[in-house]
Order: sequence, then C-alpha cells, then structure tokens
Amino acid sequence: MQRERTINRVLSAFFTVLSLAWVYPMFMILMNSLKDESSIGTSTAFELVGPQNAAGLANYVSALSKQGFASAFAYSLVITVTSVALILVCCSMCAWYVVRVNSRLCKGLYYLFVFSMVVPFQMLMFTLSNVADSMGLNTPFNICFIYLGFGAGLAVFMFAGFVKTIPLEIEEAATIDGCNPVQTFFHVVLPIMKPTYISVGILETMWVWNDYLLPYLVLDSTKYKTIPILIQYFRGGYGHVELGPMMACIMMVIVPIVVVYLVCQRYIISGVVSGAVKG
Amino acid sequence: MVKSLRKWWPLFVLPTALSFVFGFVIPFAEGAYLSFCQFISISNPTFVGLSNYAAALSDPQFAHAFWLTALFTVTVTVLVNVIALAIALAFTRSRLWGTNAFRTVFFMPNLIGGIVLGYIWQILINCVLANVGQQLLALNTHAGFWGLVVLTLWQQIGYMMIIYIAGLQSIPSDYLEAAKVDGANAWQTLWKVKIPNLMPTITICLFLTITNGFKLFDQNLALTGGEPSHSSELLALNIYSTFYSRAGAKWMGIGQAKAVIFCLLVIAISLVQLRLTKSKEVQQ
Repeated sequence: MQRERTINRVLSAFFTVLSLAWVYPMFMILMNSLKDESSIGTSTAFELVGPQNAAGLANYVSALSKQGFASAFAYSLVITVTSVALILVCCSMCAWYVVRVNSRLCKGLYYLFVFSMVVPFQMLMFTLSNVADSMGLNTPFNICFIYLGFGAGLAVFMFAGFVKTIPLEIEEAATIDGCNPVQTFFHVVLPIMKPTYISVGILETMWVWNDYLLPYLVLDSTKYKTIPILIQYFRGGYGHVELGPMMACIMMVIVPIVVVYLVCQRYIISGVVSGAVKG
Repeated sequence: MVKSLRKWWPLFVLPTALSFVFGFVIPFAEGAYLSFCQFISISNPTFVGLSNYAAALSDPQFAHAFWLTALFTVTVTVLVNVIALAIALAFTRSRLWGTNAFRTVFFMPNLIGGIVLGYIWQILINCVLANVGQQLLALNTHAGFWGLVVLTLWQQIGYMMIIYIAGLQSIPSDYLEAAKVDGANAWQTLWKVKIPNLMPTITICLFLTITNGFKLFDQNLALTGGEPSHSSELLALNIYSTFYSRAGAKWMGIGQAKAVIFCLLVIAISLVQLRLTKSKEVQQ
C-alpha cells in the first residue's frame, strides 16, 4: 500500500510537469502577443513579457481593426453554425428514412455514404472547386451545401447506427396514434436520438471550424477569409508580416476553443469516443 | 408505417442526396475520369490514356513523398499509441491525484486546427533551432520531419489516450480481481488481462493514427510547406503542389492521377482495417 502511494506521488509529479510542457506552446503565443513588434524575433520567442517589451493590448486592437480578424471570425462562425445545423437536420432525417425503408436504392445510397468517409479530399479538390464555381456555391452561405454533401458520410453513418437500435414498436405506436412520418420523426425519433445529435454535432463542428483546404479552394479567398485561411494568408508572407497582430489572432482563435472545451468537456470527450468507436 | 414513409422521400432524403451528388459523387467521378486526361480547366480535357499514371509513378518527388509519408506514419503510429496507452494505464490507476485535470490538458491540442497548430510549432521550433545554432525549418529537412512528428504527437496523444481510457474502463473489474486473486503482478495483469481485452480498441487506434498520418495535410502545409525544395513534403501536400504550383499543362492530369493512387492507398488501408475488426468480432 505504501509502495502504491509512492508510485502515485511520483506519477502525479511527473504528469504535472508534462501538463505544463503541454500548455507551454499556447503560453508562448500569449506572451508574444503582448510584446511590441520589435521584440518579437525568431530567437527571442521564449522570452517572457516584461516592462521592456510590453505592448499592452495594441496587437489585439490592430488584429481586430486592421487585419480583418473580426470578419474572418464572423465568416467562420456563420459557415460552421449553418453547415452543422444543416448536417444534423438533413442527415438524421435521411438516415432514418434509409434504415426504415431499406430498399435496394437506400442500401446503395448508404454504402456510397460510407465509401465517401474513406476518400481523401485531394481526390476531388480540383473538380469540386469547379463544380462549386459553376453552380454558384462559392459564397459563405452556399458553401454549406457542399459541407452537407461532404459531411453526410460520417453523419448518416452514425445516425443510421443509432436508428438500428431503436425498437420499431415505438414508431409503430406513434403511427397508430395518428402521427404521419414527419410527426413521428420530430416527436418520437428525434428526442430519442439526442445523444447522437450531440456527438455528430461536435465532430462536424470540429471539422468545419478548422477546415482549411475546402473553403480556400471553393470560396473567393480575396473576398471571404475564414480563420484558417486568414492565418495561412499571414504566414504566406505577402509583403511584411506583422508578427504581433498575427500572435494576437492565434490567441483569439485558441481562447474561444478552450473556453467552449472547458464548458462542454464531458460532451466533447464522449462525442469523440463514440465517433472513434463507430468510425 | 414504412409504407406511408416511402412517399416522403423528397423531404427526408432529397436535400442530403442532392448535396451529396454535387459535393461528392460528381466531383469524384469527374476526378477519376480526368486522371486519364490532359487538361488545364475542366472544359477542355484530351484523353491521354495511362500516361499520367506513368508520369506520376516515375516522378521522383512523388516517390520521395511516398516513402517519407510511410516513414512518418510508422513513426507516429508507434509513438502515439505506446505513449497514449501508457498514459491511459496510469490514469486508470486508483487514487491518482489530478487525473481529470491532466486528461483535460492532454486532450486540448486536438481541438485546435492544423493550420494554427502548424504555425505555433513553426515559431517554437524555429526558436529552438536558432538558439542551438542550427538552420531554421525552411532550410532544414531533418528538423522539418521531426518537427512534424512532435507536432502530431502533441495533437494526437490526447485523443488516443481518451479512447484507450474508455477501453480500459470497459474491461470488467471481475477479470482484474480474478487476476489479483491468482497472484498476478502488475506486469502480468497488463500483458495477460488488459492488453488482450483491449485488442478491439488497439485496432481502432492503430488505424485512426495510420489514416491520419497518411492524410496529413494542414499541419504539413503550415509547418514547413514542404520546404526546403519539397524534401519535407508528404503525399497529400505533394498532390496539392503538383496541381497548383507547377507550371505546364501536363501537371494537372498528373496531379489527378497521383490523387487517384493516393485514394486507392487509403481505401486499401481501410479495407484491411474492416477485415481485421470483423475477424476480431467473430473471435469474441
């Protein structure tokens, strides 16, 4: 027992150090985002903020007012919220229909969805951006339909997996009570599937929010920049790169993610686990 | 009920199916066809048979990217899984102080996007390199490769750890107690009880890390962009740069052929995974 306790103490100390190392990269960006432009350099990134190099919140102000961070954040938010909402509603309805009707066409469609999960994006990046251009899907609102098509694989797969576990009797009872299929879906099936909605919602949000290549190729990126495009645009070094505002942008990207994560940690972790086990 | 549901397909299936056709099926089919063509834009393809594939397979940069990706994937798969499993084993010990807080911290990098991660690590690694007097990332192939490995470890260990913890917690406690009663020590319990019961989880994590490694793009683009001169370029980035940063009409077709080869590779890996998980299910 004494030995167990010693081992636990050593492990705790070890993991405390490791955790600090784990958050260090983020801490480093925080420090640099508070420095003035001239003290941010390749070899001095590890220096802490002190009175000699502090810039206050100037970098944040510049990132928000001059570098287009606010609009990038808004575009990212609109695209993510709309796409995920579309995916959740349309794909859950589609999955329920496909599982319950289960005709040959439905089975074919289902296998196509599953197949699409495996295909890497590079396979269709060129043709997809062409299709999107020719159909006018290259604006922040219309790109959501592409996300619906592209995110359907995982979503339908996960919803269908859950629908198969719902006993048919519940839905039949609703039909006997006079519900049409739409009412049955929204009043009976949807509430039962709530945990799956949360899991799918989390997985798709993580994907859309962080996605770089699809919006970069599909959207007119001189007009619309999402957050990943903005960061990559900075880095691409068109002219002089202002490092301070850049660091401030990264901080403003990370902080909302961390806050959301800390608040909804339980859901995020269980969503990720169920997604992995089924995928 | 099924009968009355049938006629509701325009509402239930059509939106998803339409988006899927335009977002996936058509681009996929077009992409497969264009891999046999020479083209600059989608409207003027000329059929050239298999010559794109021949050119892709004889492109030394593509071969380099393939072997680098294979090396990267093997390195990352082994390291991520060993470390994540070790951490998960420690976190499932009884009465370990701070487990929840540690778990929260280790998982966090997973939520940050690849482009941002790549940029953070570029700053960090360049600072280390500058302070030890080495060439920076843009000129340093070795640092580019190992930097990408470290970045991927930072991102994925937490994710795999979570899955391993879930797997370990689902092992019935009777098994562990039985092992204890039989006098098994910690090492024996690990190899004879925990790992055999964890095999389905291990398979899942192995394939997740393998496919993630093969498909890695954002991190590669943001950390080094393939510099110096394409030597730190993985497959996905190689395809991208063949498409968009090489001049000349033939490269589009070659890029598409590379993409098809890449796609077939990923499908092959997934099929192996499917077979393995299926056979495991039968054994149980």
